[in-house]
Amino acid sequence: MAVLVHEPAAGPPRGGRGARLRAHWTDRIAHLTLAAVALALVAFLAAPLAKILFQSLEDAEGRFVGLANFISYAQTPALLESLWNSLWVSALVTVVTIPLAFAFAYALTRSCMRFKSAFRTLTLVPLLAPSLLSAISLIYWFGNQGVLKVPMQALGINEIYGAPGIVLAEIFSVFPHALMILITALTLSDARLYEAADAMGTSAARKFWTITLPGAKYGLISAALVTFTLVITDFGIPKVIGGNFNVLATDVFKLVIGQQDFQRGAVVALLLLAPAVLTFGVDHWVSRKQTAMLTARAVPYAPRPAPAYDALMTAYCGAVALLILAMVGMALFASFASFWPYNLKPSLRHYVMGLVDAEVGDAFINSLLVAAGTASVGTALVFVGAYMLEKTKGMDGLRSAVRLLAMLPMAVPGLVLGLGYIFFFNAPGNPLNGLYHTITLLTACTIVHFYTTGHLTAVTALKSLDAEFEAVSASLKVPFYKTFWRVTLPICTPALVDIARYFFINAMTTISAVVFLYSPDTKVASIAILNLDEAGEIGAAAAMAMLIAAANTVATLLFLGAGWWIDRRTQAWKRPAPV
Amino acid sequence: MTSPFLRLSGIRKDFGSFNALKSVDLDIAQGEFVCFLGPSGCGKTTLLRIIAGLEAQTAGRIEQAGRDISTLPPAERDYGIVFQSYALFPNLNVADNVAYGLVNRKVPRAEIQARVSELVSLVGLPGSERKFPSQLSGGQQQRIALARALATKPGLLLLDEPLSALDAIVRVHLRQEIRSLQRKLGVTTIMVTHDQEEALSVADRIVVMNHGAIEQVGTPMEVYRDPATPFVADFVGRINALPATLEAAGQLRLGSRTFACPHEGDVGAAVRVYLRPEDVLARPIANGDSNVFDAEIDKIEFLGSYCLVRVRSSDLGEHRLTVYLSLNFLAEHQLEVGGRLPLRLLPDRMRLF
Repeated sequence: MAVLVHEPAAGPPRGGRGARLRAHWTDRIAHLTLAAVALALVAFLAAPLAKILFQSLEDAEGRFVGLANFISYAQTPALLESLWNSLWVSALVTVVTIPLAFAFAYALTRSCMRFKSAFRTLTLVPLLAPSLLSAISLIYWFGNQGVLKVPMQALGINEIYGAPGIVLAEIFSVFPHALMILITALTLSDARLYEAADAMGTSAARKFWTITLPGAKYGLISAALVTFTLVITDFGIPKVIGGNFNVLATDVFKLVIGQQDFQRGAVVALLLLAPAVLTFGVDHWVSRKQTAMLTARAVPYAPRPAPAYDALMTAYCGAVALLILAMVGMALFASFASFWPYNLKPSLRHYVMGLVDAEVGDAFINSLLVAAGTASVGTALVFVGAYMLEKTKGMDGLRSAVRLLAMLPMAVPGLVLGLGYIFFFNAPGNPLNGLYHTITLLTACTIVHFYTTGHLTAVTALKSLDAEFEAVSASLKVPFYKTFWRVTLPICTPALVDIARYFFINAMTTISAVVFLYSPDTKVASIAILNLDEAGEIGAAAAMAMLIAAANTVATLLFLGAGWWIDRRTQAWKRPAPV
Repeated sequence: MTSPFLRLSGIRKDFGSFNALKSVDLDIAQGEFVCFLGPSGCGKTTLLRIIAGLEAQTAGRIEQAGRDISTLPPAERDYGIVFQSYALFPNLNVADNVAYGLVNRKVPRAEIQARVSELVSLVGLPGSERKFPSQLSGGQQQRIALARALATKPGLLLLDEPLSALDAIVRVHLRQEIRSLQRKLGVTTIMVTHDQEEALSVADRIVVMNHGAIEQVGTPMEVYRDPATPFVADFVGRINALPATLEAAGQLRLGSRTFACPHEGDVGAAVRVYLRPEDVLARPIANGDSNVFDAEIDKIEFLGSYCLVRVRSSDLGEHRLTVYLSLNFLAEHQLEVGGRLPLRLLPDRMRLF
């Protein structure tokens, strides 16, 4: 065979930036789509956030004043007190919640107790309702006409309104979030470590301190940070049960909506952004460490039955489950009570009053519209964006910018995002000004608010696909979008259903971002609850919260059903061969 | 000579400050089966991906069938590719996978069907059209991936470690099938592998690579018998490497004595002698043969029908030599660790670097 081989010549490096492959026309489609996603994220995320930053450095007339707003903030004792309140309340909730959630997660993952899935499901129930549901419940339990007001006062707590109420309600509302993180952390374990320890005759306590705890270390850090951030940025609970106890989140609302003091509102918003950004950074670092710890060869830990210990764990989880039931149950009961506390006969009075008299019916329809829009448009945007990032090539600069923007919402509290939306979309010069107060903007804000979790779910699903599908398609001269349609999308439908469900439920329950953005015509149900509570109609507020929970339950079941149906239709390839 | 089917000239690739390929030049003839062989990180996969247009070279030019394809996107090049991971579309059945590239070319349905059944038969899996990839074994999946890559009759077939994910027996079997299929179709083929045995058994020519450069290009026999560099000698097959000093008139000093070895070097030059285990003979040794020395068995590694035996000798000083001895030979002479036997170094098989 005629062959010519040149000796490799070690010459000076040729070329500066190197050759670039010509873009195929299908690549251009990918680039345009990516640019469109980038544009959407800039308009609905980066620009509003930048606006907050500028607002905090300007005076009311828009002149640059440097740090004057920050200085004036620091000289206002009432505002500084809120900062201190926010900090210690959040810290206290974190310190109480993490051990409670850790013990619960430990029982679920490391014992052979019974009713595990029932316990697991029950802890997820609070996520179906707005977080302020626990505050409403507490008012029924411990409020001025509360069932347990006297025993509470015997314990030395004079009234539930204020710090005690906030702390208790927040513990309930963040418990499921902390629990999910800790379950994941404790599930990632390597049974071989325990077997090695057993072989060396290690005591149970020593195994716990030397294997279990270090293994879950990053999960604990992450859960603690997430808890702290959720509490410090939560608006609904302090609004309902905070009384005269001021925190940062309620300050923002008062400054911006009450006093129209946008400048100092922006300063407080930046203060709220700080812990969230810190959490985001640490969490990012932690998740890297966590994955590095577990090798592909790890053997999952399987707990062995130990009657006494399992019984203890069942008792503990039972107690926690009872408390959760008491919270949810009280709100449910009160929503049907005719006239608390004098006439407890069940009636639909509060539902009628909420839906008809207070016109929450319209708000409820608005909520469903926002949730449906978020679930459909949001899922499409998130998935297409993630696909363009993971599976197409070119435009590397834009690519890393979009990657960053997709992760950013995780670090932005809803309150801050909502504030940015007012500043940005309410500005007279903005061509998008027409969106202000519309359902469209509420939907956009909600999509952005919950973007990151959806994005991460989509990225995980896409990363689990073979990295060479696109290369194979190109070699077969099939454009990427055909492979997207025929292969990628069908394989990823289970993840899509998950993302849509997540968007829907959160859109129904969120308060913090949308509280700045509604008009009387576009009020959503979660805001209507807040208004009912403000008007003293707490029974109706409880009823409406229950309606949201009911709608979310129905939606969850529908999504599960849809997932099951789609699974049967599109995932035939997962089943073993017909014999 | 006719112009080559594929010509790479001055292909260079940098990843940031890391230089993955240093000016690679290579010609491949029409219908040839070429293996890129080298340790991981030597740049062989990068070179394949550059040929496929999945990576852009930093500098250099690629011509395929007389056409400059250096900056063409993958879709405008002409090749089929098979990856280590198979990359079969899991939600499509075998027929749809194989037909994937055909459907897009507006080939009539009946024709597609005929082509699909022809291809699945060709790769030895007739009747599997309705199965999903997850219902096939690894080896079967790789056959389907091969059928898919061949469906559009590409001019060039690229195989990126196609056998690495399979277990040993399937691997040996499938590589021979790939080889005979390639012969039958005459498609120019490049296979990347880190398994030297695989490369030796299937390739027309082997391109041995290390640190982003080509060390040697040659037929399997050339690469094995006449390694161009110490790296090739070490990487392909097992070899002894012993330090020695050149002496006059076809002699060199190894340990405490001289051995016959043809060479053209300067007297007194320090060299390394490379000698394969099979080039140290235990028999036949006749009286008066040169290069015979007395060896003592140091260690025996049992490998089945033959053993890898490490020997020492007062002649060799502190150096140890590894030789192949058949199980029968050892049994016949009742040799165990500590046993003694005469061995002979074949002078014309010694390679000096």
